[in-house]
Amino acid sequence: MIHTRGLARRFRVRKEVVEAVRGLDIDVGEGELVAFLGPNGAGKSTSLRMLTTLLPPTAGTAVVAGCDVVADPAGTRRRIGYIGQGHGAGEQFVVRDELITQGRCYGMSGAESRTRAAELLDSLDLAEQAGRTAGTLSGGQRRRLDIALGLVHRPRLLFLDEPSTGLDPQNRANLWRHILRLRAESGTTIFLTTHYLEEADSMAERVMVIDHGRVIADDTPQQLKADLAGDVITLTTGTGPEAARAGGVAERFASGPAVTVEGTTVRARVRQGDAVLPELLRTLDGEGVKALTADLRRPTLDDVFLNLTGRSLREGDAEGAAA
Amino acid sequence: MNLVTATGIVFARQVRPELRSPLGLVLTMMEPLVFLVFFGPLLAGLPGVGAGSPWQWFVPGILVMLALFGASGAGYTMITELATGSFERMMVTPLNRAAIMIGHTMKHILILLAQAALIVLVVMPFGFRLHPAGVAAGLLLLVTLGVGLGSLSLALAIAARRQPALFWSVQQFALFPLLLLSGVLLPMENAPSWLAVAAQFNPLRYVVEATRSLFAGDLLHPSVPPGLLAAAAIAALGVVLGTLAMRRASL
Ligand SMILES: Nc1ncnc2c1ncn2[C@@H]1O[C@H](COP(=O)(O)OP(=O)(O)OP(=O)(O)O)[C@@H](O)[C@H]1O
Ligand SMILES: [Mg+2]
Repeated sequence: MIHTRGLARRFRVRKEVVEAVRGLDIDVGEGELVAFLGPNGAGKSTSLRMLTTLLPPTAGTAVVAGCDVVADPAGTRRRIGYIGQGHGAGEQFVVRDELITQGRCYGMSGAESRTRAAELLDSLDLAEQAGRTAGTLSGGQRRRLDIALGLVHRPRLLFLDEPSTGLDPQNRANLWRHILRLRAESGTTIFLTTHYLEEADSMAERVMVIDHGRVIADDTPQQLKADLAGDVITLTTGTGPEAARAGGVAERFASGPAVTVEGTTVRARVRQGDAVLPELLRTLDGEGVKALTADLRRPTLDDVFLNLTGRSLREGDAEGAAA
Repeated sequence: MNLVTATGIVFARQVRPELRSPLGLVLTMMEPLVFLVFFGPLLAGLPGVGAGSPWQWFVPGILVMLALFGASGAGYTMITELATGSFERMMVTPLNRAAIMIGHTMKHILILLAQAALIVLVVMPFGFRLHPAGVAAGLLLLVTLGVGLGSLSLALAIAARRQPALFWSVQQFALFPLLLLSGVLLPMENAPSWLAVAAQFNPLRYVVEATRSLFAGDLLHPSVPPGLLAAAAIAALGVVLGTLAMRRASL
């Protein structure tokens, strides 16, 4: 559905050159659900805008839904849906009218557009608000309307730019219910950006981590976490010497130089911590080392990001929120 | 989808909110009447206004002024759409770019035509003589001008999308010299020679002259071809610049 080679975009802001996207090689197949994860300014929106013909690339190629975005923008536009980071519906326009207009924009007849608008109002729980102007909707309702606008022409490939940003957890869950249902019903390929770690982790089947305009990891969330972070086992013992011995035992289970001993606390980075932990405890018992507490922490995508870049995504989040 | 259908879709979308809350529309319609009532009477007997009713001289000018003010504000609606994301949403649909632009402008053209009809109705009892063919030709000229100015305004809005205040600064900066040097409000015949020379570089000047001749029923007057040419040039420039701006808008 999406194939890019060396796709890049630079901006010139006065004298300064911003390399927003530096060579994307992406392949996304039919029916995949892919999340583009990265901190503020990583180049997520810029990539999406190039893939949706809104922004001409400065280098590279992109074939989206079978059409080259530069050579055949009109063909690309007909085949894709795009839900941007902003609001698609204009404030002073009536909700139902916007949906009908959208259908007409995609070449549907008036009657067809009206039927489709009614369908979407129903399925996205907006029927009650249909006669109001978009500016009077709540944040969650407004976002659902944006989604509805992107679905009017039943695209096989849907792009969403931070669909859930600014929504409370309940609205976010609600939004995801709609997205997942759409996918179950029509097998739509979905490509979305997010900087919510938990969201990428729990919803996406494939996560592309992007930083400074480059994809630095691309796999299932489970595989990323297993390959790039690993689980962390934390043990405490009664005395320092005991901790040192426990550290020695843990070395046998750990992957690489991943054991640290601090006072009476031992930390070990291991693969498949759930299987390792009981085994480790039995071995310690056998060698007469008494562990007082044992704790297993599964990694998050933030650990993945931290290991890849030495920075935390959450810090970026906090900065973004403060700015 | 052809260009006309596409333009119609965009136009219908733009017009609907106006019809829903018509107060803004009503005030816009009243605006020219203010000029007629509070400014028109000052013209009576002024040299250069012509022998007949001063309305015959003033009405075409006021219509050009309305085209100038109305169409050059077309970018305003675009500014808000650019800021929220609804412009972006339209740009991802297969709609033709020129259609998006002309559809936006058409709203202002329609308002202009309604204003023209209202003004003519109001001044008819006060000595304005209606030459239907001439008025029709004159309105066609104004529509051409409006399409050009509206498209220029949209191009400006897109160019200034990151500093919306800049849109207004540039618009106002261009508006007043164009208006004052067009001979809309007062006859340019009374201008000192340097001002008259400056006015010759204002394309609106020729449109105003041509509209006056057409409204007087003088379709073959020598001022008509330069006016047509000026309006057509503005329209061509506007549509080209507007379409380019739409295409190259790296949002
Ligand atoms: N039109 C533009 N002109 C100049 N620079 C731009 C433009 N658009 C984006 N950039 C720059 O390109 C970089 C990538 O921006 P982009 O919007 O793609 O980030 P993002 O990953 O979507 O971030 P966010 O999570 O904040 O939405 C940033 O440094 C940004 O400042
Ligand atoms: Mg973004």
